[in-house]
Amino acid sequence: MSTLRFTSDHEWVRLDGDLAIVGITDYAQSQLGDVVYVELPEIGHRVEKGKEAAVVESVKAASEVYAPVSGSVTEINETLTTDPATVNSDPMGDGWFIKLRLDDPKELDSLMDEEGYRRFIAEQR
Amino acid sequence: MSDWSQAASNRPAEDLAPPIATATGNRGLQIEERLIFEQGSRGRCGVDLVDPPPFQTRLGGLERQGAIGLPGLSEPQVVRHFTRLSQKNYAIDSGLYPLGSCTMKHNPRLNEKLARLPGFADIHPLQPASTIPGALGLIDMLAHWLKTLTGMPAIALSPGAGAHGELCGIMSIRAALEARGDRRSRVLVPESAHGTNPATAAACGYNVDSIAGNSQGRVDLGALQAKLDTDVAALMLTNPNTCGLFENEILEIAAAVHAAGAFFYCDGANFNAIVGRVRPADLGIDCMHLNLHKTFSTPHGGGGPGSGPVALASSLARYAPLPWLVHGPDGLELVEHKVGKAQQAIGRLKGFHGQMGMFVRALAYMMSHGADGLRQVAEDAVLNANYLRVRLETDLSLSFPGPCMHEVLFDDRFLKETGITTLDFAKAMIDEGYHPMTMYFPLVVHGALLIEPTETESKASLDQFAGVLKALADKARSGDAAPFRAAPRWTPRRRLDETAAARKPVLRWGPEAVDQPAEE
Amino acid sequence: MRYLPLTDRDRGEMLAAIGVDSIDALFADVPSAARRDGLVDLPRAMGELEVERAIAGMASRNVAAGSVPFFIGGGAYRHHIPAAVDHLIQRGEFLTSYTPYQPELAQGTLQYLFEFQTQVALLTGMEVANASLYDGATACAEAVMMANRLTRRGKAVLSGGLHPHYREVCETYARFVGFELAAQAPAPGGGENLAGLVGRDTSCIVVQNPDFYGEIRDYSELARICHDAGALLVVAVTEILSLGAIVPPGEMGADIVAAEGQSLGNALNFGGPHLGLFASRDKFVRQMPGRLAGQTVDADGRRGWVLTLSTREQHIRREKATSNICTNSGLCALAFTIHLALLGETGLTRLARLNHAAAVALAERLERIPGVRLLNRAFFNEFALRLPRPAAAVVDGLAEKGVLAGIPVSRCYPNRTELAEILLVAATEMVTPEDVDRFERELKEALS
Repeated sequence: MSTLRFTSDHEWVRLDGDLAIVGITDYAQSQLGDVVYVELPEIGHRVEKGKEAAVVESVKAASEVYAPVSGSVTEINETLTTDPATVNSDPMGDGWFIKLRLDDPKELDSLMDEEGYRRFIAEQR
Repeated sequence: MSDWSQAASNRPAEDLAPPIATATGNRGLQIEERLIFEQGSRGRCGVDLVDPPPFQTRLGGLERQGAIGLPGLSEPQVVRHFTRLSQKNYAIDSGLYPLGSCTMKHNPRLNEKLARLPGFADIHPLQPASTIPGALGLIDMLAHWLKTLTGMPAIALSPGAGAHGELCGIMSIRAALEARGDRRSRVLVPESAHGTNPATAAACGYNVDSIAGNSQGRVDLGALQAKLDTDVAALMLTNPNTCGLFENEILEIAAAVHAAGAFFYCDGANFNAIVGRVRPADLGIDCMHLNLHKTFSTPHGGGGPGSGPVALASSLARYAPLPWLVHGPDGLELVEHKVGKAQQAIGRLKGFHGQMGMFVRALAYMMSHGADGLRQVAEDAVLNANYLRVRLETDLSLSFPGPCMHEVLFDDRFLKETGITTLDFAKAMIDEGYHPMTMYFPLVVHGALLIEPTETESKASLDQFAGVLKALADKARSGDAAPFRAAPRWTPRRRLDETAAARKPVLRWGPEAVDQPAEE
Repeated sequence: MRYLPLTDRDRGEMLAAIGVDSIDALFADVPSAARRDGLVDLPRAMGELEVERAIAGMASRNVAAGSVPFFIGGGAYRHHIPAAVDHLIQRGEFLTSYTPYQPELAQGTLQYLFEFQTQVALLTGMEVANASLYDGATACAEAVMMANRLTRRGKAVLSGGLHPHYREVCETYARFVGFELAAQAPAPGGGENLAGLVGRDTSCIVVQNPDFYGEIRDYSELARICHDAGALLVVAVTEILSLGAIVPPGEMGADIVAAEGQSLGNALNFGGPHLGLFASRDKFVRQMPGRLAGQTVDADGRRGWVLTLSTREQHIRREKATSNICTNSGLCALAFTIHLALLGETGLTRLARLNHAAAVALAERLERIPGVRLLNRAFFNEFALRLPRPAAAVVDGLAEKGVLAGIPVSRCYPNRTELAEILLVAATEMVTPEDVDRFERELKEALS
């Protein structure tokens, strides 16, 4: 069973076995506009919760993507290199950024669940 | 994710009525023009040169083989090509450029004439000093004018532009701190600062710490004092700031910075507001770069060249980059190495001596205005901006109440619920024959519109400009969003796809494999 | 005042509209301690005639290159610029336009930048070029920093043949940006073993071709050695015209080219403004500093151009930018583009040939002078001579006789006594047979 959580910086993380998949939310991609480039970390790279894990660029902005949880990168989404538009078209699915081997599953507990994130966005508008 | 909330995505234009097609795609004086690579022919050359008689070459067997791929064109074709290109550009010569922070003032033609005198244009930087006393004399005179206007005792003239001047300033500060054995790791930068400020500080190895502004659009003195400690190397401040406001607590700011043992760097991009009336030295500034291509009228040239001299307090003068121009026993001389008084110089920042061509232009500008004229420049610049402020404050949303300096900041609250963004508004201005003002900068307000008319706009020009903005604002609020989304309609190109340009960059003409020169 | 359109009446009306009595009210935020009621201590406004007299007077005290036999190079070269170039760059729409951030109002600028980028890529034999930097020396420093970023290493090796100003600028950046340089000693006449200096901590080797002494070399083998070690080859070019005659860096395996473009379209200008050229490989483009003009289409499907990949730059990335650079050398790049458009393939190669011919002929004449030795095995339009006595005094003496004889290397290396007798001499298409005769005569006399 997969657990989907959200950060207040609009990243999502889904637990899949002992791997965590990370991406940016639909709200984030709509605010960012057309994604033109994604800068992904190297496999094996260690990321820390709340620190920069990747960079996503639109024409007029470059935005850091922060790691929702700590871990080491096991896989990166190569599709984004050739087709960054995937982040816009399928942010929660094919537009995933990285997969991590999780340090501590308990780090997910402090993050918002789907309902919590929906409310959070509603307050933003 | 970090903040992207002001990312302006380029929505495709919506059309009102399709433009009438012509066979050529031309529209009257607006001519479609291909690339030179699409017009060249092997047999053509626009310069008549005679081949030398045969001789034994000495290129070490490294003669270039194969074609380079450059097109051949005659002079009439080249002149026509670039003339047509020029006709697609907006320019100060054609109209008002209300670009905040850019100071798009008239570029006097006398400057161009004097810069082209053979005695300046046709001299080599490494000629013996005895053959170029007039060049050294001009540089010395420029230095004198700039030191007098800033009140600072020293000036480094070699930086190639403003950002380069910032680098010079921060490097000098770091050198000064190192010389006194003081390791500091942070530089403070207001959140309203121009991007070059944090980029420069980071380039020099400093961590950048942002200072919040207060509700009056100035640096929050309390916030600054809270961040000032013995780990701060410098504060980088723009004054007047990027909201067009004079930092009224600047003396307190300077005192606080100095009390912490830090240096006070001033970004002089907005010097046009105070030139001739206020001397940065009197504000406690240690180091300030000037933009000769802003305040001192040297032309922007479509993006450059510029010149960014840096005025220095005596605590920093000894670190100034090479070369130095000094008064020696035999007259003016260039000090090009770290010897004598220049032992602690940070080194060289650029090849040769600096942007001499811009020095000539700037000095001609300053001499034309004189002390009285330069003071009038600042006053008229401030007057023009405030006149626009009062003409527009009921139609656009003024970000900070009260008088401004040489530029005035509005934000997009007046467009709320119209469905029109600052970007759409700007595109509509283009159809009205105006280059848009600076948009989405500074980041401290939403959808910023920063307007700087400069002193070289007449009252009539300002009245017309204000009238157009008022009309556009009225139209926006009337709910008629479609014309804004369809704008611009009358330019050679409309709403270019910047997303495609960034996703699949095409940065040169093809074909890649070049076996022969570009052929028609 | 001729540049200020406001009349006193205008000012009065505007102050009234604003609701203040005097302009001083608008400067109320200036602290009283900093307020100056009087004028700064500088002369008052002058008319055009007076300004012209004053400044032209200063110009007339300089010996212009065109007025005497002239043989100075060393990174800035005197060439003939066709009259059309200066006329075109002075069109107000080029001269007085701003950076093309609003592409609909700047297709002229963007198109010529795209053409310029293409020309630079073709000349250097590289895949992509930017829209110019300040000059060759700063371009060289930017190249080293780019190599550091790409390889994630912090140590660069600089050839002793690199122009001393380029090395000095790299040293300044290295000190403050925080990376290491291993700058090799100058070695006119060769003998450098750069291949032996490539290590696993080397980000790049920087060479110049032709080098500061005019020598031309093939760096293909060095490029291979660099790449095997995971390092990059940076090639500096101070005389861009040389690429009309010799193998370009791209064909030797260079990864980054940092060059000076002043020779085409731009006068000597006493050293500035000049024109930094920067070219590299497509795969490295996101690490390139400076502006880039990119092709795209507009809403009507027509081809056009925009500034692109801006997210590398300071106005977006701020502290994470690839460089803090903002301004480029726009108008100088335009002059280059126009001059090269006029020359085309035929003209460029012919002009390069004329330069080489002039230098070959001059070298033959000067070599004949007793005591003078040519150090170069190969050269393009500049070479190094070893004189029988210190070159600086010889050059000064010849200047008094009205000949600008070249650059004494001691000017750039005052502490290296072994270089004191070396003179750099350049000959371009501007050199006449009479110039050569005079130079030979005066030099022979000075050395006798």
